Amino acid sequence: MDPLFFLLFAFIAVACGVNVVLQKHPISSALSLVAVMASLAVLYLLQGAEFIAMAQMIVYAGAIMVLFIFVIMLLNAGPEETKGRSWAALIFGVPAIIGLMGALAYFMQTGMPELGSVKFGDWKGGGAYEVGYALFTEYLLPFEVTSVLILIAIVGAIVLARKEID
Amino acid sequence: MFKLWLIPLLPFLGFLINGILGKKLPKLAINAVAVGSVLASFLWVALVVGPSSDWGANKLHAHYFTWIASGNFHVGWDFAVDKLTMIMLMIVTGIGTLIHIYATGYMDHEGGYYRFFAYLNLFMFFMLNLVLAANYLILFVGWEGVGLCSYLLIGFYFHKKSATTAGNKAFIVNRVGDFGFAMAMFLIVIQFGSLDFTPVFTKAPGAPVETLTAIALLMLVGAAGKSAQIPLYVWLPDAMEGPTPVSALIHAATMVTAGVYMCSRSAVIFLHAPAAMDVVALIGLATAVFAATIGITQYDIKKVFAYSTVSQLGYMFLGVGVGAFSAGIWHLMTHAFFKALLFLGAGSVIHACHGEQDMRHMGGLKKYAPWTCIVLACASLAIAGFPGTSGFFSKDAILTAAYEHAPWMFWVGVVTAGMTAFYVWRAFWMTFWGEYRGHGKPHESPMVMLAPLMVLAVLSLGGGFLFNVPEILKDMFPLKEEIPEEHMLMAISVAAGLIGIAMSWYMYVVNQELPGKIANALGGLYRLVDDKYRIDEAYDAAIVEPLIEGSSAVLWKTVDAGIIDGAVNGVGSQARGIGNVLKLIQSGNIRSYATWIVAGSVVIIIVMGIAGGVR
Amino acid sequence: MDPAQVAETLKHGAVPTAWYLALSAVLFVIGVAGFILRRNIITVFMCIELMLNAVNLSFIAFAHEHKQVAGHLFTFFVMVVAAAEAAVGLAIILTVFRNRSTLNIDEIESLKN
Repeated sequence: MDPLFFLLFAFIAVACGVNVVLQKHPISSALSLVAVMASLAVLYLLQGAEFIAMAQMIVYAGAIMVLFIFVIMLLNAGPEETKGRSWAALIFGVPAIIGLMGALAYFMQTGMPELGSVKFGDWKGGGAYEVGYALFTEYLLPFEVTSVLILIAIVGAIVLARKEID
Repeated sequence: MFKLWLIPLLPFLGFLINGILGKKLPKLAINAVAVGSVLASFLWVALVVGPSSDWGANKLHAHYFTWIASGNFHVGWDFAVDKLTMIMLMIVTGIGTLIHIYATGYMDHEGGYYRFFAYLNLFMFFMLNLVLAANYLILFVGWEGVGLCSYLLIGFYFHKKSATTAGNKAFIVNRVGDFGFAMAMFLIVIQFGSLDFTPVFTKAPGAPVETLTAIALLMLVGAAGKSAQIPLYVWLPDAMEGPTPVSALIHAATMVTAGVYMCSRSAVIFLHAPAAMDVVALIGLATAVFAATIGITQYDIKKVFAYSTVSQLGYMFLGVGVGAFSAGIWHLMTHAFFKALLFLGAGSVIHACHGEQDMRHMGGLKKYAPWTCIVLACASLAIAGFPGTSGFFSKDAILTAAYEHAPWMFWVGVVTAGMTAFYVWRAFWMTFWGEYRGHGKPHESPMVMLAPLMVLAVLSLGGGFLFNVPEILKDMFPLKEEIPEEHMLMAISVAAGLIGIAMSWYMYVVNQELPGKIANALGGLYRLVDDKYRIDEAYDAAIVEPLIEGSSAVLWKTVDAGIIDGAVNGVGSQARGIGNVLKLIQSGNIRSYATWIVAGSVVIIIVMGIAGGVR
Repeated sequence: MDPAQVAETLKHGAVPTAWYLALSAVLFVIGVAGFILRRNIITVFMCIELMLNAVNLSFIAFAHEHKQVAGHLFTFFVMVVAAAEAAVGLAIILTVFRNRSTLNIDEIESLKN
């Protein structure tokens, strides 16, 4: 069963990812991205990362993507124009992308040692208990720092998005 | 205890004192320092070094410090005194003192008084270095130094463009000669491994003839530059732009004789390179004749004597070339006496005529400046070879030696002697006889100028008896035996001189239209000689102009402006060009930035993968 | 991994970890492509999020491989940072839109030269 689920949701993820890139209207891209994140959450679940899967759905798909959609609607962004050019991006971009793909593929093939396999349920160490325990003991400092980071983000977002008082 | 270093050092101190402090010192102090330093040198030579017998026995050496020590090659600052050096020292310091005394009177009204004496003292320093040198390098130091002082003093009246141009000409032509001398020195080092006289002259007989000939010919180039022989004589007539004491000291008595001295010093080398000796003799003879013909036509009194100097130097080289080194040195000494006297006398005449130098505006000066007339008569007799005068002895020695070498040289020399007598007495009659053709009233010179003239007159007349140079130098240059024709030759040369005097008397006192008629009759030939054979113009067209053009076109425009400036500016513009290309990356376009980031990361991934990962 | 081993794993009902990593790479490259080739700022931002998700997948896969929970922690922090970044970035986009009235990334080139 596992390979089947993997292939299904991997296919969804890739298809929707390609869709994100190919759609003209940003709202369509945003919705495709939500689908990608959802399928990724399922894939996390298949690997026994329950907590992260839930966090992915709640934070990413539920908050961040909603934020994106709010902004798109706020700006009333229409379909993308075809004006503007960047020859550098086009001339060097495509080869760079292909090169990146090739390099990743090659070095993954040759550089990776023998890897194991994933079966649903063969590792129970990704639950809320384990993650929470590590978060508040070994990774306490980064945890506190991230709270400061969020504070900065809040302040920054408010300052930047404020309308001028005229 | 001989302290040979004092001899050049005293004039050098005079140079320093007068040069640095002279502006503030009163004239009396300047005189005292300048004349005193040279006089002290002379007295040191005459009274301290002279009486000892070491210099006679060739044992007087002094080594001060090692200048060059490179591998096996050592050159030190060495002085040595032998008989030849002694003669030169006496001439240089003695006549130098007399001329310094004269100059205090002559330059009395001139500007830059202290500068003049500073340069004159510097010249003495270098000249004394030259004659005291015990190796070629110190000789070369003195050689170059006197060239420098000559330039400084010829261009003394630097406000006049002609003077500075003449100074340049002298220095540059000298340089050509110095180049030859330097080449000779290089060859000597290569061949003998040393520049000191003693080892070189000891090893010279064994060296291959070709090398010796090459060395000797290159030395001749140097001597021709310094002693104004063909083809490098052109600077000497122009050097008359300098003050008359300079002409007397440097261009008559001392600097120009450096070439003859150097050839005599290197006699061993020359004797073993017969081909070179022949060249020396030929050049000397050619120069003597050539300059004498020009001297006949000149109207500037100093130019007459300048060409006369060139001609007499030719005689000295003739003597050296035919192997009569001591005769050449003897003529050097007697020439120093009478030529210095002629120049100083000319200075006195110029002074009397308030700066006039053209003989066509002089005349009848014998009643205004009687003493000058008398001393110049003595000098003219000496240079004409009147029997009993010093010039008679030395010229006769040279001509006899020339006869022994090749009789045709003797006859040419005799004709030249006749011309010499002619032009000198022509100058004398034009200046002192007849009516005064100039402006104003001429006056006699002060005693301070006349006294040295009288001393020199005595030396000119009696120098032959007082100093029998071949006798003195017989250890270095063996005496020649008398040949039976000797008295006949003597008579012929005396006759030539007397004929010259008589002809000049006839043409410039008795029948004064005759010179003009002859000049018109000869027409083009006369104009050619009058123009000094247009040699200066020829040099100008053949050498100077192409050099200037070539330098301007090639060195200036191509090399300096094109290559060097181009390279330096090119670096700047290249940097700008590269910057222009690189700035395109800063397009402000976010997508292109992203592209570069991705491209860079691909490179990093590849590099890290090849390098084995981050293990 | 050679096909024999893969067949073996699949027979046991497991998925080779390498497949997860391959998927991660593919998603990442898709994100890069979108980032370079799209002109709308918001779309570009979403491609950045896609890249971050691909990396998260890779972390989880390795966490499962080594049976350590640190990979999950890392993913957690990536998500936090992504959230903060999205907030601030969108605020910036709002400001840019207000000033230039365009969402075309090629027209925002005041840093040119």
